[in-house]
Amino acid sequence: MMEILAKAPVEPVGDVTYATAEGLLGSVWLLVAIPLVSAAVLLLLGRRADRWGHWLGVASVGVAFLLGLTYFFQLRGLENRSVELSLWDFIAVGDLRVDFGLLFDPLAAVFVLLITGVGSLIHLYAVEYMAHDPGRRRFFAYFNLFVAAMLLLVLGNNYVMLFFGWEGVGLASYLLISFWYVRPAAATAGKKAFLMNRVGDAGLLIGIFIMFATLGTTQYDEVFTGVGSLTATTVLLLGLLLLLGAAGKSGQFPLQAWLPDAMEGPTPVSALIHAATMVTAGVYLIARSNPIFSANSTLQLIVVSVGALTLLLGAIIGMAKDDIKRVLAWSTVSQIGYMFLGVGLGGAAYALAIVHLLAHGFFKANMFLGAGSVMHGMKDQVDIRRFGGLAKYMKITWLTFMAGWLAIIGLPPFSGFFSKEPIIVAAFERDDWTAWLFGMAALLGAGLTAFYMTRLFVLTFHGPARWTEEIDHPHESPKLMTIPLILLAVGSIGAGALMVGPVPEWLEATAGLGGGSEAAHETVLSHLAITILSIGVTVLGAGLAWFLFRRGTATEPQPAGVLVTAARKNLYTDAVNETVFEKPGIFLTRALVYLDNRGIDGLVNALAAGVGGGSGRLRRLQTGFVRSYATSILAGALLVVAAFLAVEAGWLV
Amino acid sequence: MSDFPFLSVLTVAPLVGALVVAVLPRRRPELAKQVALGWSLLVLALSVVMWVTWQTGGDRFQFRESYPWIPNWGVNFTFAADGIALVMLMLIALLVPLVILASWHDAESSKRSVPTYFALLLVLECTMIGVFAAADVFLFYVFFEVMLVPMYFLIGSYGGHQRQYAAVKFFLYSLVGGLFMLAAVIGLWVVGGKTFDWVALSEVDISTGAERWLFLGFFIAFAIKAPFFPFHTWLPDAGGAAPAGAAALLVGVLDKVGTFGLLRYCLPLFPDAAKWFAPWALALGVIGIIYAALLAIGQNDLKRLVSYTSIAHFGFIGVGIFAFTSQAATGAVLYMVNHGLATGLLFLVVGMLVARRGSALISDFGGAGKMVPLLAGVLFFAGLASLALPGTAPFISEFLVLIGTFSVNKPVAVIATLGVILAAAYVLWMVQRTTQGTLNPALTEVEGMKRDLNLREKVVVAPLVALILLLGFYPKPVTDVINPAVQATMQDIGKTDPAPSAGTPQEASR
Repeated sequence: MMEILAKAPVEPVGDVTYATAEGLLGSVWLLVAIPLVSAAVLLLLGRRADRWGHWLGVASVGVAFLLGLTYFFQLRGLENRSVELSLWDFIAVGDLRVDFGLLFDPLAAVFVLLITGVGSLIHLYAVEYMAHDPGRRRFFAYFNLFVAAMLLLVLGNNYVMLFFGWEGVGLASYLLISFWYVRPAAATAGKKAFLMNRVGDAGLLIGIFIMFATLGTTQYDEVFTGVGSLTATTVLLLGLLLLLGAAGKSGQFPLQAWLPDAMEGPTPVSALIHAATMVTAGVYLIARSNPIFSANSTLQLIVVSVGALTLLLGAIIGMAKDDIKRVLAWSTVSQIGYMFLGVGLGGAAYALAIVHLLAHGFFKANMFLGAGSVMHGMKDQVDIRRFGGLAKYMKITWLTFMAGWLAIIGLPPFSGFFSKEPIIVAAFERDDWTAWLFGMAALLGAGLTAFYMTRLFVLTFHGPARWTEEIDHPHESPKLMTIPLILLAVGSIGAGALMVGPVPEWLEATAGLGGGSEAAHETVLSHLAITILSIGVTVLGAGLAWFLFRRGTATEPQPAGVLVTAARKNLYTDAVNETVFEKPGIFLTRALVYLDNRGIDGLVNALAAGVGGGSGRLRRLQTGFVRSYATSILAGALLVVAAFLAVEAGWLV
Repeated sequence: MSDFPFLSVLTVAPLVGALVVAVLPRRRPELAKQVALGWSLLVLALSVVMWVTWQTGGDRFQFRESYPWIPNWGVNFTFAADGIALVMLMLIALLVPLVILASWHDAESSKRSVPTYFALLLVLECTMIGVFAAADVFLFYVFFEVMLVPMYFLIGSYGGHQRQYAAVKFFLYSLVGGLFMLAAVIGLWVVGGKTFDWVALSEVDISTGAERWLFLGFFIAFAIKAPFFPFHTWLPDAGGAAPAGAAALLVGVLDKVGTFGLLRYCLPLFPDAAKWFAPWALALGVIGIIYAALLAIGQNDLKRLVSYTSIAHFGFIGVGIFAFTSQAATGAVLYMVNHGLATGLLFLVVGMLVARRGSALISDFGGAGKMVPLLAGVLFFAGLASLALPGTAPFISEFLVLIGTFSVNKPVAVIATLGVILAAAYVLWMVQRTTQGTLNPALTEVEGMKRDLNLREKVVVAPLVALILLLGFYPKPVTDVINPAVQATMQDIGKTDPAPSAGTPQEASR
């Protein structure tokens, strides 16, 4: 272990410079402004916008997508594919200069396309999904607000802008999780998400403070250029704080507990925010900060460990859940674990993580919307033990969900195979025995993923019907919902194969990600062996689940062994949070309220009364008139004046 | 235009208005309200002219006027404003009309005269403007003390439950603090060569021992006024009992006299003592941030809760003042303005809720968002501003305080940053218990809860919401005014910002 920690830091990146955005790219701020204005209009007009508000919401994101495509093609034609646009001085005090500025570079561009592209489809889906909800306009306002904040997050040209968007998406996430705020569970889940995120945010903030204290700046280019002048300890500390922020937003260990609870929000929210985009912000943060993370191998080891641990944790818990959205949520936790594993490995694996992030954006959004479609046809039932045999009744949902399922378990030629398997290979490429540790963890995770996803798929769409009594005829969802499903399914099938080549190449122009030239690493196992193994564990996991659940499952909770019970209880992570933070916290606030009323107040009252002339306790004074102690105060004043004259005369000091 | 005696006119104008309102017949309350509102709008208009006339980058003190008062003691009516005072004056001029409009029906529930209530608000405005505009130490002290009188009556005569207790406690605490200050003021006069003029005093050399005693005299007065831990216990009582409008002025402006005093008097007049006491002041600030936030979480009374959140915010301001970097100090001043807007809004909205429900207890609400969605939305927005979410003005100030403190004192900054998490806890839990969850059936029987924000209330909250957002995205107009004053204060105490520890990026890359 020690030799890992002592390893010399990697070569820092050289000078990072961004060109100025000119011509059409000078209007890149419209990406943020359009959805933001739309959100403001929807909120300010109130009920007057109820009839058409949702279409404005869809249109604003659609326009942003078209603009994003235009900018993307513009950027492709440039020599320096990183352009900055400084809008105004955001904060300027002393040496601190924070730009209200945007950066459009290859990394930002792929995120813009993911957010607005998948975002448009989910917005479209939500028009129908939320059709019977009286709060649909409000929903679309928050949804647009989210898109604006998320675009600001990925487009900012410094860490303060990133934080601005970071908190913005946190707010939108809170508003949407507790969208049905009348339900206590939804209100609590929203609060929990915001609070756990704030723990990570505090880390991110302190990281920003360190940048300013050491480098005097928070702009990306200056920070990345200056990383080489920082001590190893500073880089480690800085990276850990950024990692804390990333873990909060992305639901990684130890801040993962909020994400499954976030499923209290409407299903399109789960698809867009808590699967495809917002929760990947942590991956974005690490990929964006790659010059910092690549500069310290201990830091990378910690990121890899967090990723590996979380991918297993999520998968194990996902196997024991019966709520279709919660299984998908734990699956998201686990898949983002893969992405963290990727960005932690560094080098060429940064790009692999981004490819997996994009592929995951498609197939997970697809499956969440599929789950929403199932719920739509099953009167909002979410318990997979109460589904079964739905393939016949909702053919499109079934087929599209199948594409997502095959993609996530990573069978060729579906997209997960092209995006996940390279990360597993990269894990085996590490230089020491940790190659085995992380490689095997990634492999095991693949097997577990195959198991829980197959269980979910089989229990929902196949086997005998186990519906509750009030359901007589499940139905397919209307076109407005199935069309986005079909498009996302196409993405789930093809995206991986299409992206695995061009995307890493495209990303090379991002500061610090031009690692293509470095020599290929040796893997401890041959590439072919790893591929065979990973397909093998996948088939094994899927086959086992098929065998176990093809005839359905019990509809009541069953007694279970130690491991299953632990998984059902989220491996006791919630219990730990409760015992270590929640209960002592509540006790502390109660004790302090008591103390403040009795102790401090009493003490100061007594002191004040004493100073005020020694005429007794405040309670007795209270009955008198204010003027009656003016005399005693005057006496006191004279005393103090005398004391000062004494000071002046040099008697006291 | 810059020769116009803005400051004395601004100080006197509300007092004249108060006299006019006070002599209006008691049976014509509507007329009194309208006159008071109109008068406060005139003051606002005049201060906007003053804001426009202000020369950014000009002299540190502008609009200086001086008239003899008690020549034998060297006491003058000297007014002058630096950037710090200017932004506070603007805040006062903005908040008072909004408070008057928000308090339209507040005095009717009491047995006292309605016109008197509005006259008192105008008297309060006069004293608040005077205390920030004074450039004579004795004049400052006089306003500092006189300011208590209208607030005492606002709380004691028009307040809610336990108003007498709260008013007396408020008065006594402030008076005790004022006593310390009086002693220090006289001491300063003695050692400073028999003058009360701020400029003259700022150039006097004082022996180390005397400087520390004098600093302490001022500091205790300001620490009680602000208030800082452990002198804070009067504020929850006063804020809880005061009518919502008066409470908004109390924490929004009146308490800022404490932090303003630290910046204007403690730091420039006693620079060495300020540096000597700084670790203690920082400790009080940081304890206040955490301690008051924990207490806010545990409150079941909306107005007391907001009072505790303010104590936590004053902790941030205190830390910003005593960190002695330009970012932290500018952040502290900006915090004073932003906190006035955000907590002012929060208190006013809470007041609207309490007036509807007839109770300030959180447990008397529950699910109120269903009945008054707009009001609940504004409450939530004010909460977000209070927890310093980016996009709202308080984020900028909190960020500046923290980043400026971190570069010189890491432990204090890190502990203070934890306050950011606690802020989210007290705001969101309050919002949840008040507006979310299952609807409390008792609410449906309360007539007032069936009405969402009316036009008058919308007019009250809209400017504050708009300003909080505007300054959250573009704080430059305010920071440009504050910056030079803060730089001058930094020079007074002889502190410069530390250079980046790893060198500038340009040097590092070479």
